[in-house]
Amino acid sequence: MTTFYIITGVLLLLLMVPAVVRIVKGPTAIDRTVGVNVIGTKTAVLLVIIGMIFKRVDMFVDFALAYGLLNFIGSIAAARYLHRSKESPVGDRERDAKEAIQGASGEEARG
Amino acid sequence: MSFVFTIIGAILVVLGLVFFIGAAFGLLRFPDFYTRMHAAGKGDTLCSLLIVLGVAVGLLAEVDWTHFDWHHTVPQLLVPLKLLAICVFIMVSSPASTHALMDAGFDDGIEPVTAEGGNALADDGFHAVAGDPEPYEEGSKIE
Repeated sequence: MTTFYIITGVLLLLLMVPAVVRIVKGPTAIDRTVGVNVIGTKTAVLLVIIGMIFKRVDMFVDFALAYGLLNFIGSIAAARYLHRSKESPVGDRERDAKEAIQGASGEEARG
Repeated sequence: MSFVFTIIGAILVVLGLVFFIGAAFGLLRFPDFYTRMHAAGKGDTLCSLLIVLGVAVGLLAEVDWTHFDWHHTVPQLLVPLKLLAICVFIMVSSPASTHALMDAGFDDGIEPVTAEGGNALADDGFHAVAGDPEPYEEGSKIE
């Protein structure tokens, strides 16, 4: 059974390579963040499998839980940082539309 | 009895690896931020759930079920319960972070792939083509 888990871990590690390629060449910053998120989740899974290989799952489960929690917090923080809005969490697009409507009606009133 | 748990756990882990193949190559090859997000979010969540659940079921094989004792059998179930807690946490947190990243990308103004963009998906006559050329620009067109 140890051989099975070793093969699983190696396959997980090899399948992280496409995510690394996406991180390296992603066109936008959020693409890279998605790749980092995928790799972080898979690292938590990999920690559980490493625990199965070393037969110390009772210890590695806590590491995996902490790593998953940190990964989630990191993703949320990156998403809030890359969010374009500056004043309110509503988003710029909505505010732009409101300003455009107000500007148009103002011009009509003046004309 | 115990080898049934081992076989079910191994099947779940292999299924998780298959889903991760789809997620990884979807993340690599899809043409658009939103489609990449789709592959990463769904495939990643399901793959993590299946692998951790498979490990938990595989651990049930090592529990001594023949002589059930409250003080010796039940503490052996602690690690599978923790793995189940990781499953629940992944099931909550991964779609939440996917939603937050998608929202950030939409507010950054990343354009989805459409037929007018001259992309590879539109030319083969097989995939669906969006009817509205710029479906996300309605609000900002008012001048």
